[in-house]
Amino acid sequence: MAKFDLTDGSVVCIIGSGAGGGTLGNELAQKGVKVVILEAGGRNEIADFVNDEWASFTQLAWTDMRTTSGTWRVARDFPNLPAWIVKAVGGTTTHWAGASLRFQDYEFKARTTYGNIAGANLLDWPVTLAEMEPWYAKAEDKMGTTGTNGIPRLPGNNNYKVLAAGAKKLGYKEVHTGNMSINSQPRHDRGACQQIGFCFQGCKSGAKWSTLYTEIPKGEATGNLEVRPNSMVIHIEHDAAGKVTGVVYVDADGKQQRQKARVIAVAGNSFESPRLLLNSASSRFPNGLANSSGQVGRNYMRHMTGSVYGVFDKPVRMYRGTTMAGIVRDEAANNPKRGFVGGYELETLSLGLPFMAAFLNPGAWGRAFTSAIDDYENMAGLWIVGEDMPRDTNRVTLDAKAKDKNGMPVASVHYDDHPNDAAMRNHAYRQGSAIYEAVGAVRTFPTPPYPSTHNLGTNRMSASARDGVVNKWGQTHDIKNLFVSDGSQFTTGAACNPTLTIVALAIRQADAIAGMMGRKEI
Amino acid sequence: MREIDKRTRVSRRVFLRNSATVLPAAAAALAGMTIGAEEAWAQGATTLKPHTMATLARMARDIYPHDRLADVYYIKAVAGYDALAAKDPKLAKMIEDGVAALDAAAQKAQKSTYLLVAWEKDRVALLTAAEKSPLFQKLRGELLVSLYNNPDVWPKFGYEGESASKGGYINRGFDDINWLPTA
Repeated sequence: MAKFDLTDGSVVCIIGSGAGGGTLGNELAQKGVKVVILEAGGRNEIADFVNDEWASFTQLAWTDMRTTSGTWRVARDFPNLPAWIVKAVGGTTTHWAGASLRFQDYEFKARTTYGNIAGANLLDWPVTLAEMEPWYAKAEDKMGTTGTNGIPRLPGNNNYKVLAAGAKKLGYKEVHTGNMSINSQPRHDRGACQQIGFCFQGCKSGAKWSTLYTEIPKGEATGNLEVRPNSMVIHIEHDAAGKVTGVVYVDADGKQQRQKARVIAVAGNSFESPRLLLNSASSRFPNGLANSSGQVGRNYMRHMTGSVYGVFDKPVRMYRGTTMAGIVRDEAANNPKRGFVGGYELETLSLGLPFMAAFLNPGAWGRAFTSAIDDYENMAGLWIVGEDMPRDTNRVTLDAKAKDKNGMPVASVHYDDHPNDAAMRNHAYRQGSAIYEAVGAVRTFPTPPYPSTHNLGTNRMSASARDGVVNKWGQTHDIKNLFVSDGSQFTTGAACNPTLTIVALAIRQADAIAGMMGRKEI
Repeated sequence: MREIDKRTRVSRRVFLRNSATVLPAAAAALAGMTIGAEEAWAQGATTLKPHTMATLARMARDIYPHDRLADVYYIKAVAGYDALAAKDPKLAKMIEDGVAALDAAAQKAQKSTYLLVAWEKDRVALLTAAEKSPLFQKLRGELLVSLYNNPDVWPKFGYEGESASKGGYINRGFDDINWLPTA
């Protein structure tokens, strides 16, 4: 395993070790580039994961304070927990469910396809599906995505069978167990899914792809990658010419360290990445790094989500087996006749009893609430993932008062649903309920969005430096050796889970960075 | 479908860990404990009054009423407040003041302490009026964990908890649903 000197200014320094940072780090290491990954969280291995929702949340979740505002219900129910994401080596790939879907062609051209939507800040991506296809193919191969590369789909569990039976009764056609980066058979030294459940708590069998036990050890084995856990980056430094030169971070002992670097890639998720750029303001860049457009932190997207649980007169036991066990894709197309642009997926979801109590209807009590929990065993559940509208007022800013233990202002997250999001959610609640009612549900619960797991758009990609923060390679428009490598690059969110696109972009970005370094452009 | 054993189990170990100072060492007949100020578990409190302990348990039951759960699970969920109050005088005062206010409202409306108001509907009306109080807010929020994160209650709701050590569900009914209409 490599160990690089703090003064070694030849390294690429990556901040974050999740889908974006972990993948980028391994890809660069494979090409012979020296890489230091600084990860804010600790390093847990598979053996450390626990099948216990609250204990696992304590082990993995990012619970450092954030603040919230806006009309989204999360701001009321979870004012200091706007996101359910991970602070650990592997980032949110330890927690993710595994759904790996490609954008559709028109979803890279949201502004062109949907037109000028009032109150939205839509923009086309500077890349197309045709350009991304080879990178998606590499990502699917790397991650072992079912339904690609001749990999069979997973078997469906009870929760899936209820969804599929109801969906077929409604006439839905594209219903299957998904494109999941969970091994349905042994592959790449990892075994097949044991239907444990607890996908959100870290996969105990390692069947689910996570950078923790794929990309990171592979990169470390090259001798070109060093991962430093418990290293919270608080500031990015630059020289008089405006090039970034290194980062200041707080190590496991609470001491400040300075890592020099030739190239810096920010991959700390859509809250921490813009927070770090804003907290790195200097006299030369008074509004924060890479922020000449004023777009750093803006256009925060979190997908239009929500859940529907259906109660039946017989047991389902939805928690048995993979958490996201199947999908209905028929509503994913853009069909404005429904009263909104963009589309949504319906994907099974289950929570254990402790989290069902916490998330079914936060704040509720009394018999209306407990009669729902009484039916836990007879519930089937699905989650809605739809495209939400980017708005420049939905944004991450630095909190004016709250600071973290290092004295840095925390991220403050503002979000208001766009009317398009609200119309889509109502449609999805109706369709989700109809699926369950078609196979005998006696009650259905339209459940409000959880703290966000898909956090996107706060350093968006744009063709013009006026409209966004990074170019088509994730390179910031303003500073050529500063990159963004996580979901904050997303110009728009599409109607699908973002991880596959984050990984495909990271593989592509590694190629671009290595090329630019080779040509001495950076 | 593979069914679940729902018979009552109360693990003494967890109980004692959560409520070391409340329970007499005997911890006898755990499963048979009921909510009442004269009960041994409430009398064993060292900082909070027995009446306060019993009131907290009654509040817990009224906030999240599950007829399938015996009183012991609600007692268990609030038992730890005595030890916490012993270490935190502000918390002790907040709890005692909250219970006193609830009792004052109950005396006015029902001529009884809250604990002894006979009908749940009437107690719920008192709780609704106290919804914004610090005691209610704290209790409601913490019960989500202290009540529902107790592995002893999980089988009552048909939840099986940890599965990795048992080999997951691949051979234990992940797809054994047998009542769905066939296309």
